[in-house]
Amino acid sequence: MDNVLIYRKALLIRLFEEKVDWLFSRGKLGGTTHLCIGQEASAVGVVSALRPQDYVVSTHRGHGHLIAKGAVPWRIFAELLGRKDGYCMGKGGTQHICVTELNFLGTNGITGGGIPIATGAGLSIKLSGEDRVCVCFFGDGASNQGTFHESLNMASVWKLPVIYVCENNMYGMSTRFSDISKFEDIAIRAASYGIPSLIVDGMDAEKVREAAVRMVEVARDGRGPALLETKTYRFCGHSKSDPKSYRTRDEEAEWKARDPLLKMEAVLLKKMKVEDLDAIKEETRKEIEDAYEKACASKVLDRAESIGGVYAASETPGEAARARKLTLQA
Amino acid sequence: MGEDISEYGGAFGVAGDLHKKYPARVLSTPISEGSFTGVAVGLAMTGYRPVVEIMFMDFLTLAMDQIVNHAANIHYMYGGQMACPLVIRTPAGGYRGYGPSHSKAMEAIFIGVPGLKVVAPSTPADAYGCMIEAVYDNNPVLFVEHKLLYNVEDDTACKHDESARLGRARIVREGKDVTVVSHSYGVTLASIAVSELAQEGIDAELIDLRSLKPLDTETIFASVKKTGRLVSVEEGSVFGGIGAEVVSQVTEVCLPYIDGRILRVGKPDVPIPASPEAEKHVLPDVKEIKIAIKNSLSWR
Repeated sequence: MDNVLIYRKALLIRLFEEKVDWLFSRGKLGGTTHLCIGQEASAVGVVSALRPQDYVVSTHRGHGHLIAKGAVPWRIFAELLGRKDGYCMGKGGTQHICVTELNFLGTNGITGGGIPIATGAGLSIKLSGEDRVCVCFFGDGASNQGTFHESLNMASVWKLPVIYVCENNMYGMSTRFSDISKFEDIAIRAASYGIPSLIVDGMDAEKVREAAVRMVEVARDGRGPALLETKTYRFCGHSKSDPKSYRTRDEEAEWKARDPLLKMEAVLLKKMKVEDLDAIKEETRKEIEDAYEKACASKVLDRAESIGGVYAASETPGEAARARKLTLQA
Repeated sequence: MGEDISEYGGAFGVAGDLHKKYPARVLSTPISEGSFTGVAVGLAMTGYRPVVEIMFMDFLTLAMDQIVNHAANIHYMYGGQMACPLVIRTPAGGYRGYGPSHSKAMEAIFIGVPGLKVVAPSTPADAYGCMIEAVYDNNPVLFVEHKLLYNVEDDTACKHDESARLGRARIVREGKDVTVVSHSYGVTLASIAVSELAQEGIDAELIDLRSLKPLDTETIFASVKKTGRLVSVEEGSVFGGIGAEVVSQVTEVCLPYIDGRILRVGKPDVPIPASPEAEKHVLPDVKEIKIAIKNSLSWR
């Protein structure tokens, strides 16, 4: 993936998130949301190491992962607006967006809730012998859930092709990671499970990509799971109503100076004219605006749609058996 | 997948020698219910039909997040893109002195979870038929097995017939005086009660619910409209139990037909004690069921 494409993706994420933030501040979006402004390099860097058939499991802060994997902004907007054309018909909302055609197994509203699911996808890949891997995003907060430990244990023992990516932005909501954990690094926990790990600067997309490629190779080669920790920072609050009283403005400024987009732009400007870069920005800005307009035109759910769709239709055993030419006799 | 299901064959021997016949598909897990249930969700989302064993029903509590917030929600919250064809089977019930964390029949907690089906067969034939249906059902199914029913033998049972069991109750005994509904081991106890009372001239209709969610209200309502009386029997708590749901629905629909009392038999609001004598006081027995049936016959 070339630098321009990666930058475009990161910029798309940034402008998407900023638009969502703006919409919330004007009361045009309901519920809550968890933006990944500042963490774009972590998302695009990791996903750029994947192929379309690889699975991704995400977190409550998953718009960046979604867009990096190829989700289209208008359908994400439609989902946030609760409309029929949302990826999940508006029923899941920001924290429960699954896109089967992109092999995106869902953003997740439970901290650490996706980790076992990603592990299951890994087991699925191994059992079927498919040429896939699964990336599981989670945060520093989730690294203290039981599911993290249980899942890494199982993945390591069963040698599952799962790359566990911890986006360590130092805060689980308002709680500083170093206040509730003995060590600052999460990657060291890999030693307990005997799996390889790497720590990487999560503000540098190129470095994240290189690290991800190495970790993905471990999984793809059948050597089992790996743990990648990206050191990153969210410039925004945890969710829409966060005054960020738990961190200093100095700390924020320090990290903002390392804005992944600024870094990418600096590299691009070595080979590109400012006008061309501005053109990309304008194009992307328009893409987001158009996407939002398109989403607004999508319909809301009626009563039948709202209360329907709880149970999946099933085949009878007879139908299923005939379809698969299976025998039901022992 | 589950704990000790390989050579050991599962805590209650249910897995048997499946690990020998299908070694690639029988996975003994570490003690990580919360996560291996999630592993099964991931398998189900990516094309497999996993069957998870949770060693004792009481341990479902460890897997609640993956069952309630994930498995049961998947089809709905993802707008129908994805299904979660997962079976969770679990040995349930008491009467063995195992104490408060190894004895529960807590299926009532799960019927309140939208998106989750719950079955609790009471015969080998139904266990066989329900399991096949549960596996092929594209929704998560909680399959409740009562430990005391593992000993019931029936060599003729394991022949597949295509009659649907999920969402269909079974009429164990037809009668005209009172409708008795139960499920799982409750059916065993209620059967004894009902046949003893038949000798006293009380003609009870016994229904084995078999499937708790979906619930076969058609069969229940038809029966109550015929008999005019209802006794619900379960091993779980009366307060907030399966009977609470059955009785509520019957009251909503069949009130004009009621010509007696509607009663529930079950456990009081007490944890299940380990001491066998104490356990006898807490869990329902045939005597209690007979008293309830007799009391249901009239208001006076």
